[in-house]
Amino acid sequence: MKLYQLASPATFYPLAGRLAPWFAWVAGIFAVAGLWIGFAIAPTDFQQGEAYRIIFIHVAAAWMSMFIYLVMAFWSVLALSFNTRLSAMMAQSLVPTGALMTFIALWTGALWGKPTWGTYWAWDARMTSELILLFLYFGVMALRNAIEDPRRADRACAVLSIVGAVNIPIIYFSVQWWNTLHQGASVSVTAAPKMASIMLTGMLVMALAAWFYAIAVALYRVRSIILERERGAAWVAALPETKAVKS
Amino acid sequence: MTAIAHTASVTETPFGVLAALRWAAGRDLRLAMRSRSELGVQLLFYVIVVSLFPLATSPERNLLAAMAPGVLWVAALLASLLSLSRLFATDFADGTLEQIALSPYPLPALVSGKIAAHWLTTGLPMVVLAPLLGMQYGLEGEALAVITLSLLIGSPILSLLGAIGAALTLGVRGGGSLLALLVLPLCVPVLIFGAGGADMVRAGLSASANLSLLVAGLLVALVGAPFAAAAAVRISLD
Amino acid sequence: MNEYLAMGGYGGYIWGAYLMSALVIAIEVLALRSRRRAALRMAAATPVDGGSR
Repeated sequence: MKLYQLASPATFYPLAGRLAPWFAWVAGIFAVAGLWIGFAIAPTDFQQGEAYRIIFIHVAAAWMSMFIYLVMAFWSVLALSFNTRLSAMMAQSLVPTGALMTFIALWTGALWGKPTWGTYWAWDARMTSELILLFLYFGVMALRNAIEDPRRADRACAVLSIVGAVNIPIIYFSVQWWNTLHQGASVSVTAAPKMASIMLTGMLVMALAAWFYAIAVALYRVRSIILERERGAAWVAALPETKAVKS
Repeated sequence: MTAIAHTASVTETPFGVLAALRWAAGRDLRLAMRSRSELGVQLLFYVIVVSLFPLATSPERNLLAAMAPGVLWVAALLASLLSLSRLFATDFADGTLEQIALSPYPLPALVSGKIAAHWLTTGLPMVVLAPLLGMQYGLEGEALAVITLSLLIGSPILSLLGAIGAALTLGVRGGGSLLALLVLPLCVPVLIFGAGGADMVRAGLSASANLSLLVAGLLVALVGAPFAAAAAVRISLD
Repeated sequence: MNEYLAMGGYGGYIWGAYLMSALVIAIEVLALRSRRRAALRMAAATPVDGGSR
């Protein structure tokens, strides 16, 4: 099969269906391993006590929230350059998961901040940037919902994602500048404790779990998107799962 | 299109960038001048919002002076947003925008002309009023100069970024709030460096870093935003 | 066991963080399932017109 044939939703639909469970299982295994490392093996931190164990999910979610946005921007560039529907559908499938990861990062970050630094929300550089990232995700979702024509929505969200992706480093740099100015000492509220290597391993394993989870979820979601948007096609009507609904 | 033909005969490159800029800006300015009261209302919104903050907090001089850069900047952002939805909407509604997009003139240049007119009618008046409003808040001397300068450099960036959002949300339900959701996060760096400059001066430091970054941002926006906005216009017209 | 769950007094924060994360992930998975069912119903109800959106 040539690579460009993958750009056809009809070809990609079954492939995604075969790949997604594989990614889901691997994500599950990594998650169990990561949590085991994080809770059973990693020692108590000298400064933060047990509270630091939140980082295993917080850091993974934060990394994924940024990475997913970049991948979304990548698919958006492809969608605008080659005018392929599937590229836009891939971008569309990533947005909710990206917003989810951002929310988890914010929630777990707040619960980490309270016992460690005494406050749920401290307007530090990383958390404030994460909040703005959440707004960017919501913006893409709101734009998708507001535009009725799916093709126009594809292109509009692609432009918005790219403009947002270009802005993210600028936003992060400006928020960090603003924060160090007003907090004086450059102690980040959510600074991780000095990393024993086992803690770092736990974080990396959880990050891998989050990555494979995101891929699995995106593949499942793009299948639904393909069904929604290709529903007048003959190949969709011929699918066993569609026929099962009819009967 | 006789206006374009006339302009074209005056310039050297008939379908060039400058001709497009001049035509688009001139037309939008002429249209804006016909409804001067609308411009006045937009400016009045800015003044009222700025006046609300002391009423909601306290008239204590030190507090106001500390708040001033932030208040002036946020109010400028909101006032800019209000007028942005009209940047393309009226032309879109009566089909003029489609004609503009079909013309042989480069669309980014035409869009830049519209953005320039928008800034001249919305941003520039706010810059002119800034010293007065700053004084109301107890800002003096260098801080006053810096806040005005930062608005002068920064408000065009708001128009440029906002134009992208306005083009993306053409004819869409819930346009105004959606536009705010899309544009405001992108404007955070401008807000931080714009308001931060006056803060630096009040703390006795130099605002040159802030202003340099704002200028850099303006240059990047001048180069990039018209193309992004033009692409967004074509997407909305299809 | 209780001592372990208490996590040195930080139990509320730690479990609050992880349980919320598990909850929203569960919501996403369930939402995906229901979206697929709805998409299949829509596809079954749409006549074959070759149209794509």
